Amino acid sequence: MGWYTKPAEKTVCEPSEAIWAVCPACKAYVPRDEWNNDLRVCPRCDHHDRLTCRQRVAQVCDGGSFAEISADVSVRDPLAFQDASGTYAAKARATVEKTGEGEAILTGTATIEGMPVVVGIMDFRFLGGSLASGTGERILLAAEAALAARRPLILFSASGGARMHEGIVSLMQMAKTCAAIARLQQARIPYISVLTDPTTGGVSASYAMVGDINIAEPKALIGFAGRRVIEQTIKQKLPDDFQTAEYLLEHGFLDHIVHRAEMKTFLAKTLRYAAHG
Amino acid sequence: MMEIDFSQKLSPWEIVQVARHPGRPLIGDYIQGMCEDFVELHGDRAFGDDRGLIGGFATIGGERVMLLGHRKGKSVEENIHANFGMANPEGYRKALRLMKLAEKYGLPVVALIDTPGAYPGLDAEARGQAEAIARNLTEMAGLRTPFVAVITGEGGSGGALGIAVGDVVLMLQYAIYSVISPEGCASILWRDGKKAPEAAAALKITAESLKKLGIIDEIIAEPKGAAHSDPAKTVESVRKAVLKHLKALKPVAAETLVQRRYDKYAAMGR
Repeated sequence: MGWYTKPAEKTVCEPSEAIWAVCPACKAYVPRDEWNNDLRVCPRCDHHDRLTCRQRVAQVCDGGSFAEISADVSVRDPLAFQDASGTYAAKARATVEKTGEGEAILTGTATIEGMPVVVGIMDFRFLGGSLASGTGERILLAAEAALAARRPLILFSASGGARMHEGIVSLMQMAKTCAAIARLQQARIPYISVLTDPTTGGVSASYAMVGDINIAEPKALIGFAGRRVIEQTIKQKLPDDFQTAEYLLEHGFLDHIVHRAEMKTFLAKTLRYAAHG
Repeated sequence: MMEIDFSQKLSPWEIVQVARHPGRPLIGDYIQGMCEDFVELHGDRAFGDDRGLIGGFATIGGERVMLLGHRKGKSVEENIHANFGMANPEGYRKALRLMKLAEKYGLPVVALIDTPGAYPGLDAEARGQAEAIARNLTEMAGLRTPFVAVITGEGGSGGALGIAVGDVVLMLQYAIYSVISPEGCASILWRDGKKAPEAAAALKITAESLKKLGIIDEIIAEPKGAAHSDPAKTVESVRKAVLKHLKALKPVAAETLVQRRYDKYAAMGR
């Protein structure tokens, strides 16, 4: 690329990245301290930026209460998959190194306003938060832990869908995780699903959509098929709010849209009703 | 369609072509050739009656069952009518209604899977395609009646799995079952849709690979020139296999069925 084609703004903002964060939605410059202190929500447009799983733990779990389970469950490579850009094994190793996480979901026990729960929090940085065998196993084990201890389960989704690199094995994780959720249902263990940006494909079509209570963060992208695929199929333009949390609420698939600042309080309030009996 | 030499071992990409062959037996052929009786049951009781996924009471070799299946068409007109076997949410909700009815009446469920995928449309999203499939997966896990699933053609991702959480999953020799179409995978991971043959191989979507991976339980052999060369014989092979498993599952207590089904899917990917 020649120097003259470089976007000018990039050269301008690069040196100040340590101090400034740029809102991905409204492009406003926000002091980085303010981003981090303010839940990573844009003070200008209220955009909820994606969180890492550990940032989410800090926001919703009581301080120091989180204890990871299933840390030993990591990425598997059942197909010995390789694509144009190399092996899945290498890609997974690099992702583990970059994120410090072993899979696309972090699971553990914790308390929320003193109430014991099992939580699972997906991390979009980990191969797009994709659902694969390790992810599914962690979710199953979390649900089994919730069942054994009779604690409510809360899953935060952030995922592009099933992980292609594990092919059919990823698809089967949809059945596997739903089987685990079905057991909770049978045993009357509360299950709250929190859909964050984005929750699409195989994750929206499995555990994320079958919470006793489904809640989402404002403007989160939630849907089954990709926007481009739909546009190509039906050959018409889709409405701007299509597949947003607000659209799903209007169509009856969410109980509530909860601002990040209210999330912990909302969960605690719901848990008090859910754990009543 | 590309020229395929059935005397040689087929490549995964060739198998994709065979699985999509318009001459393969479709749900109508199975109903006609495999069932002594069929009473179609329509509608999801909430929105409408999906034409891409049908179901009803059926009798197979004297066994009364609830039959479910995607419906593709033989001609363009039929395909447009049946939406090319791509079900809408009301299709999955109808299937769920019929599964619950089967449970109530003590009928086993037989599901024939042949779909490119769940329909990716604006209305399908508005009516909750994701929720409909998710609900089915959750309910199938706990269904207290035997469930035999057969992948007869294309097992297209969530749209296939949405009626395929069986106690046993059978698959025709040249059927495919995949998380994404080879074309879709190629355009994302290879950034080139024309690399679909490579993607088809990498995704391990053939019956042979899936049996090795422990995803399916049994391969149903096809006639020498594949299902489309002799649909009647293919239907008969499917009938025999289904009947064998129905009889094996019949004496199993519901409690045991559900426990085994849980164990089966919990072990996927371990």
